[in-house]
Amino acid sequence: MVEWLIEPLAYSFFQRGLAGGILAAIACGVLSGFIVWRGMAFIGDALSHSILPGIVLAYALGVNLLIGAVLASMVAVAGIGMITRKNGLKEDSAIGVIFTGLFALGILMLSKISTYQDLTHILFGNILGISSSDLLIIGGIVLLVVLSVFLFYKELLVTSFDPVHAETIGLSPSLIQYGLLIVIALTTVVSIQSIGVVLILALLVTPAASASMLVKELPWIIALGTLFAVLSSISGFYVSYYMDVASGPAIVIILTTIFLICFTWNHLVRK
Amino acid sequence: MYFSNIRCYGKDCDHPAVADSPALQVDNLSFKYPGMDRPAVDDVTVAIKPGEKVALVGPNGAGKSTFMKLIVGLEKIQSGSISVYGHMAHSCKHRVAMVPQRSSVDWSFPVTVRQVVTMGRYVHLGWFNRLRPIDHEAVEKALLAMEITNLADRQVGDLSGGQQQRVMLARTLAHDADLLLMDEPLNHVDIATQELIFHVIESICTKGKSVLISSHDLGLLTIHFNRALFLDHKLKADGPIKEVLTAENIASAYGFRFHKTKELGPWLNG
Repeated sequence: MVEWLIEPLAYSFFQRGLAGGILAAIACGVLSGFIVWRGMAFIGDALSHSILPGIVLAYALGVNLLIGAVLASMVAVAGIGMITRKNGLKEDSAIGVIFTGLFALGILMLSKISTYQDLTHILFGNILGISSSDLLIIGGIVLLVVLSVFLFYKELLVTSFDPVHAETIGLSPSLIQYGLLIVIALTTVVSIQSIGVVLILALLVTPAASASMLVKELPWIIALGTLFAVLSSISGFYVSYYMDVASGPAIVIILTTIFLICFTWNHLVRK
Repeated sequence: MYFSNIRCYGKDCDHPAVADSPALQVDNLSFKYPGMDRPAVDDVTVAIKPGEKVALVGPNGAGKSTFMKLIVGLEKIQSGSISVYGHMAHSCKHRVAMVPQRSSVDWSFPVTVRQVVTMGRYVHLGWFNRLRPIDHEAVEKALLAMEITNLADRQVGDLSGGQQQRVMLARTLAHDADLLLMDEPLNHVDIATQELIFHVIESICTKGKSVLISSHDLGLLTIHFNRALFLDHKLKADGPIKEVLTAENIASAYGFRFHKTKELGPWLNG
């Protein structure tokens, strides 16, 4: 059993992949409490899909993929914000328009300039793909994400619970909302390699959704959710290594199993 | 989503009240929502003295909530002026607080009663600052005043309507503002909570703070308030509550005739 766990760690690509996966899981877990309880699942999903053209463009230009992804996510956030504000359209419609447009653009670009293999890696995750310089960027972004949630916790709390009160004390709920969107976008970007564009939503939603079945206080939801995210990522990587499947679906299946266990537990205890 | 023009979050703008200034001075205030034919608030002029408690009555959609939003800075002033304790409205977020209608809040969000009451202190903290001992004291005092200390660690979503209203009022007490605006605080609230709300209003007004409260419960207001404003877009009446709440005033503003004016008359006119 121990050998079974240690064997893949002998390879530096697995070490880097695992480290990147754990870091991304921490960022996702920390944010998922707010994503679940502010009802931001849809926009989280949209953002993660919208970064595809940025990644492809960066790939074509030969620059670091993460840089392209960050830029594309900022375009998506700004676009959604502009359409919502100027035209009085409901936010979910604006999100739907921007997200599908950018995702389609990304797939078109991808099919023109790269191979099918690259496509599946970006869409479903590839633990072999993380380089040392990637790891450095991922580490930096995760630190930024965790630090922002910690430093702006009370502002996040008041704008989530009562945006009108936030406004009356001079704190702009939309400022906090945009800040949170940028942080979610960054988190999405660092999770691409471990879980892939299509399934990132699972890491942004399922950890806190599962934790909410067991505990009621937000700090505990965040802590337990982060633990679930990290555990699923680690075990997902081993499944991916031994069964030769993409890491993304492996992680999501484990996350979903955890959710079903928590859900059943909650159901049995509450009855 | 609301946008106000002046951002002030934190302690930089805690202006003390100007001596001998009215708690609230509103002059020729008008406000029209985009796309509407008539103004929601139409040329309203009114003053409230420190220590005064005033009832704001009027039909649904008569601009009562808009009037409060304008005072607290949730809507931009289009014409006219508002000053609170001698300062231009919205320049200081510390002097004025609003108890919003309970429906404006996401009650399912996982926060405890104490955390919500603590949000009343945020205006004194601002970015990056953590709670000080004085903030904790203010929170415990507010919990005690609203008799919800025993509920402090409960999730707000698990409370009854009356208990939730107590939490909102406790948060406003923790804010420690001098002018309190309460938008329909009596809706769907049990009698014990109603009485507690009136008791708290009474006690903060004796400390020189002022309260403006809107409600449809005209009977309760007549018992507890001396002065009323009758708002139907325009300020239709302002004076002693028993003169403002006449059967004629109510019937004309609400657009109906009283079924039994004769029997109601003595009750309404005391």
